[in-house]
Amino acid sequence: MQYDVVIIGGGPSGMAAAIESSKLNAKTLIIERNETLGGILNQCIHNGFGLHYFKEELTGPEYAFKFRELILNEKNIDVKLNTFVTNIDKENNVVTIKSSNGVENVKYKSLVLSMGCRERTAGNILLTGTRPVGIYTAGTAQKLVNIYGKMIGKNVVILGSGDIGLIMARRLTLEGAKVQAVMEINKTSSGLRRNISQCLDDFNIPLMYSTTIFEVVGEKRVEGIYYGQVDENYNKLEDTRKFMSCDAIILSVGLVPETDLVSDLKINRVTNGTYVNDYMQTEYDNIFACGNFLHVHDLVDNVTMESLQAGKCAALNALGKLERNKEFNVLHSDIVTYTIPSTIVKGEGKVDLKFRVRKKFVKSNLIVSCNDKIIAKKFVMAGLPGEMLTISFDKSEITGDINLEVKSNEN
Amino acid sequence: MKTNMICIMCPLGCELTVEKVDDEIKVSGNNCIRGEKYATSELTEPVRVLTSVIITKNGVVSVKTDKPIPKKKIEEAIKLIGNVKADKLNFGDVVISNILNTGANVVVTRDAVLDFKE
Repeated sequence: MQYDVVIIGGGPSGMAAAIESSKLNAKTLIIERNETLGGILNQCIHNGFGLHYFKEELTGPEYAFKFRELILNEKNIDVKLNTFVTNIDKENNVVTIKSSNGVENVKYKSLVLSMGCRERTAGNILLTGTRPVGIYTAGTAQKLVNIYGKMIGKNVVILGSGDIGLIMARRLTLEGAKVQAVMEINKTSSGLRRNISQCLDDFNIPLMYSTTIFEVVGEKRVEGIYYGQVDENYNKLEDTRKFMSCDAIILSVGLVPETDLVSDLKINRVTNGTYVNDYMQTEYDNIFACGNFLHVHDLVDNVTMESLQAGKCAALNALGKLERNKEFNVLHSDIVTYTIPSTIVKGEGKVDLKFRVRKKFVKSNLIVSCNDKIIAKKFVMAGLPGEMLTISFDKSEITGDINLEVKSNEN
Repeated sequence: MKTNMICIMCPLGCELTVEKVDDEIKVSGNNCIRGEKYATSELTEPVRVLTSVIITKNGVVSVKTDKPIPKKKIEEAIKLIGNVKADKLNFGDVVISNILNTGANVVVTRDAVLDFKE
């Protein structure tokens, strides 16, 4: 088997990359390990998707449905479901796949990595105490409730205030469970403000900051937790230790890009994903990356936009039409934790620079400069670590490395 | 009286300030018209889109109300959705029309992902 573009992962990211690749007449293959395309969207049954991209409010499954329809209408896309990639041979441009057909090799001209991310587990966060039945990651709980139609408990504590945890707080409450509290070890939530409002405040579920689980209690089934507050260095304050009984614990404590297949690529220690330029090209000229595999997003619409670019450039590269040129670095001030892309190829066109900040700021200007000349400036009311920021500018203005700063507008 | 709230109409999450002067509702902090509509609705009749699942004999499908419904009717609506019995439901099917006289229909948003056997 041989394709111009091979895409690993058929979630929102892989589907968007495939559509753009097919539009440029590149022969495209999507490899998906699940029984259906759509990835995590199929279990995100709540609304609020697609406002930016489709200009209408959709549920996750509907967003995935629209993309599946688009894919069925593209003649250049093949899809392999229930298929795993077991190896990537970068020297010979071959991926090894495993399915009910056995083991096969697929040759690619360009490869797109859109494998998404995995949840951090009880082991990852060194959760102490016993390991009885009843401890779930938020995504697993979501899959059990929304795909399998099973309830996971009656009396629930949620650790971590990531978006999936907040969404599950509402979902479990609606299905009749009592969600006692959401505990967040940090002073701010990593979830979107709207989700705190509509998932917790609507149901009077308390969000306890600087609070964490000290110990899980229970032999066969979760019976409760000891919890309490932490100081600024995340040390447990033993004098605040209290007991709360519960029969299920949900962990919403972060997501990590699934980079196992390409563990030899250079990994950014902030995003845990790879580095890319504005073509979404990794350190290998014919390997592209996008979506939650690259960095964890808040909004699927952003995943789509980013992945369209990856698919387009992967196709152009396969067809020998991707322009090569000098690359400039994106530097940034200390409040910025990372930028995507991290380098920009000299040339024409618009760049959307995406980034996160380490702490909350208000009323500030985002400023991009190059050789002491300001090339983009944007005022924002506020920024939070949990919310991705974007600033766009014209590439033709770039004559050297560029610098991104966040400057307060108040004295 | 001034009320502060976070707009839930889109992921931007604007911080709104809502003030009721006589019979007029004044909204500030919003970046678009949807914020003004949301704040006004929150003070008069708060509404939400309700989503859930229905377990059919052929798998679990997801559903939503095709319009937001009054918040105070959500508890009753989720019970009605939970009581639906069906052999098979497909994307786009209307499961309950005009639920609780809200003008909203409950529609299927996803086919069953897995074949389902109890």
